[in-house]
Amino acid sequence: MTYMAPKVFDRELKKGSAELLILSLLEHRPRHGYEISKLIEARSEGVLRFNVASFYPLLYRLEQRGFIEGRWVEKAGQRRRRYYRLTPQGRKMLKEQRSIWRDFVNAMNQITGAEHA
Amino acid sequence: MPDWGKEIRALLEGLRLDPTREGEIVEELSQHLNDRYEELLAAGTSAGQAHRSVMEELNSGRLTAELQPLLHPAPQPIVLGQDERANPLAGLWRDLRYGARLLRLNPGFALVAILSLALGIGANAAIFQLLDAVRLRTLPVRDPQELANIPVVYHPNGRTGSFSSPNPQLTNALWERLRDQQQGFSSIGAWSAQKLNLSQGGEARYANALWVSGSFFATLGTHPILGRLISPADDQPGCGSSEAVISDSFWQREFGGGASVLGQKVTLEGHPFEIIGVTPAGFFGVEVGRNFDVALPVCAEPTVMGERESALRNPQGWWLAAIGRLKPGWTVERASAQLAAISPGIFEATLPAEYDPTDRKNYLQFKLGALPAASGISELRKEYENPLWLLMGISGLVLLIACANLANLMVARATARQREMAVRLALGASRGRLVRQLLAESLLLAVVGALCGVGLAQALSRLLVSFLSTQNTHLFIDLTPDWRVLVFTAGLAILTCLLFGLTPAIQAAGTAPGEAMKATGRATTAGRERFAVRRGLVVSQVALSLVLLVGALLFVRTLRNLVTLDAGFQRDHILINDVDLSPLRIPVANRVAYKQELLARTRAIPGVISAATARVVPVSGNGWNDNISIPGTTVQRKIADFNRVSPGYFRTVGTPLLAGRDFDDRDTAASPQVAIVTEKFVKKFLAGSNPIGRTFGVVQQGGKPDRIYQIVGLVRDTKYNDLREEFMPIVFVAEAQDDSPDLEAQFMIRSDAPLTDLIPAVKRTIAEVNPAMVLNFSVFDTMIREGLLRERLMATLSGFFGFLAAILAMIGLYGVISYMVARRRNEIGIRMALGADRSSIVALIMQEAGTLLGIGLTIGTVLALIAGSTASALLFGLRPSDPWTLTMAALSLAAVAAAASFLPARRAATLDPMQALREE
Repeated sequence: MTYMAPKVFDRELKKGSAELLILSLLEHRPRHGYEISKLIEARSEGVLRFNVASFYPLLYRLEQRGFIEGRWVEKAGQRRRRYYRLTPQGRKMLKEQRSIWRDFVNAMNQITGAEHA
Repeated sequence: MPDWGKEIRALLEGLRLDPTREGEIVEELSQHLNDRYEELLAAGTSAGQAHRSVMEELNSGRLTAELQPLLHPAPQPIVLGQDERANPLAGLWRDLRYGARLLRLNPGFALVAILSLALGIGANAAIFQLLDAVRLRTLPVRDPQELANIPVVYHPNGRTGSFSSPNPQLTNALWERLRDQQQGFSSIGAWSAQKLNLSQGGEARYANALWVSGSFFATLGTHPILGRLISPADDQPGCGSSEAVISDSFWQREFGGGASVLGQKVTLEGHPFEIIGVTPAGFFGVEVGRNFDVALPVCAEPTVMGERESALRNPQGWWLAAIGRLKPGWTVERASAQLAAISPGIFEATLPAEYDPTDRKNYLQFKLGALPAASGISELRKEYENPLWLLMGISGLVLLIACANLANLMVARATARQREMAVRLALGASRGRLVRQLLAESLLLAVVGALCGVGLAQALSRLLVSFLSTQNTHLFIDLTPDWRVLVFTAGLAILTCLLFGLTPAIQAAGTAPGEAMKATGRATTAGRERFAVRRGLVVSQVALSLVLLVGALLFVRTLRNLVTLDAGFQRDHILINDVDLSPLRIPVANRVAYKQELLARTRAIPGVISAATARVVPVSGNGWNDNISIPGTTVQRKIADFNRVSPGYFRTVGTPLLAGRDFDDRDTAASPQVAIVTEKFVKKFLAGSNPIGRTFGVVQQGGKPDRIYQIVGLVRDTKYNDLREEFMPIVFVAEAQDDSPDLEAQFMIRSDAPLTDLIPAVKRTIAEVNPAMVLNFSVFDTMIREGLLRERLMATLSGFFGFLAAILAMIGLYGVISYMVARRRNEIGIRMALGADRSSIVALIMQEAGTLLGIGLTIGTVLALIAGSTASALLFGLRPSDPWTLTMAALSLAAVAAAASFLPARRAATLDPMQALREE
């Protein structure tokens, strides 16, 4: 078993979970980057927060792997913004990740919850 | 609002992203930061604090590190003009590819350029290939640089005797002494080439035979591919008809290349020889241009010649040539010195007994010497080396004209591409870089042109060889390209590339970017200096074409002079039948009567107008001369050409009898010796007085008294050896009075019937007398024409090149005048609007063309006069500075030039002035 420093663990966990978060936020509609990051912050009630420097590399990585797709959208009276939406491949990925997380969280809960029960 | 973009850009700088992608990221992140900033402000944070927080967020994470693996850096941009100093050839491939794309976009230009280069380079390479084969290439034998030829190098007053074979350098007696006394050569061999008849009776079929001494093959270091070669043991005096070695080509042709050839017989002049070996393919002996079929030992010559005169036994028979391999450490000079030292002894010992005192004195002065023979020995070389160098010069000029034409085209293209060059310069390209780019384009053309040229040269040089081969002499020349040909062609390609590419490249690089960018389409094509270059090119083209046209006309007129020359005889409708009587073994006393009988039968053939025998057929290359003396005058021992003919000879060849009579039945062996002489004889020896009844003596060898002849007739002058010579004094003597008739009879037969139809009838007639006689037919006219091959070659090729040069020059002129008309459209429009009529516009343009032509013709005339002197030896009946030729060449060039410039001039004159002015 490899020893992982708490800080590194924190970052990797965040990154892994962040990808799932981003994908799920794009499940029903396309959103731009700032909107996604605000939603993550809001829905986690401030627990999860990404700053611009760590968030966009994540986004671009997902785009490069073909899970999401960004395109510039111009709306009347506004500056153009880059909206991201899920690709079919991303949708499949989301489904898989979701069930893994569900199993993982259940397992964690069973272990940690049982101790406290 | 802070400028987030600047901050983000600073962060991304190290990533060297594609500018478009970088722009998008900057835009996206700026918006994000903007939103965040406004959010903070809305929450009541001060502007300064908000800015700090946002910047902290931007710099907190590892943006660049995270982005690095995600985003590929942009490919290195092509910066034109960037000199890659580390490797000057870097990017050359790119230049070539770019050049190829440009050529593909402009196939018309590419085709014209490549075609003209291929023609120019092909012609040069073809002629060089021939020169290489006959002059430069070494013999295909072991260490050819060690070989030397050993002729009589010093013979101040010529040699006396009978000369046979293409290289009659030594007599047999000289050869034997030389072989035994020389010291400079580790091995020495002798050879002589002769045609020998393969057939037994009927029409002759000749094989190229090589008489070789026993040491010949060993000296050259040749090994057989089958059997063995002739060795000293095979070459012993009195060997009779013995062994023969055959060449690979003869083996393939006559024996199908079968191994069973060893031990088979080959019959030559009726004598069977046993085949003992085959020489390797590619071995042709030592004479370049001539292959051999059969090699026989020298000792067999008397047997083969039979009752005819043997050269081997004749102390005055010059027929052999010697080749030796230098001993290690010996040079040609040292060997020569040794040969000079032994010469007096050798010539003393071999002095022909029959020589008179003058000849003796002369003979004893002779000296032997050694000459380098690495590239063999060749009659062909003597005859064609100078014409080939001259043709090489001519084709070089054609290539030069083609280059000038291309340079002209390239300058025009460079002008059209001036804006492109300006943009490149503005973007930072160095001028050297532009020159390289344009030279790469030229190089591409030159290389493709040269490759096509090499292919063309193969076909052209083979065509030339077949042009020079005749029915009787088949040229054998190895034309496989060697390194010299390849280096020559590559050199030509590079040279032409520089010639036609450098000027436009340097000009283009001299573009002033600011002006070229500012200027309108019309103005960029102007530029007085640039146009001056194009005019200069056209002037040089006209000048060079004139030189070539003058050359072509000189050679064509030379050929014409020779063909139409009054040779003193009529060349057409005469068939020559050379009959070998030796198989019949007729006693000397009956020979004249036998020949007369054959002549009578020939005359009786239907269609024959007249027939006669002649010992020497005029201009056939055979000859016979003797010294004459006229008693009581200063004419003592003067040389005159001789011929022995039957009655009817002059009627047959169409030479008019001017006074006296022809030979007839009164002239017999018993009657006084009579002769018929030519006008020149009378003028030279009899001071123009009436010759009939006068007598002269023919000097006899061996101290015998002169033989006295009485002149009974006078005929017009005729050519004897060569059409080119001055008329010589000729003496005709009677066939019937021949006291030592040989076993050969040459019949000249005049007929109105087609000569090819006559041959079967003659064959039948002779065969009725005796089928064992061997016949050889030739047509007099054809024989003379084949004697003019060199002249025909020069006339044909220089004519072709002259024509090509004129066309190229005219295309150049047309291009320049068209360009000038385009350039002066506005001016012409204004002139017309101001009332100039069309004819004055045409005159304006033609004047411009006329100036160029005038300058070109003037320079060309001077060049032609200088160049003409190099060709004077090859001309006949006119001088190199022949004014008629110069005028004709200049006039024809002027006529074509006028036509070439009239087209653009007419286009200028039909210009609509309104339209031309509106375009301004």
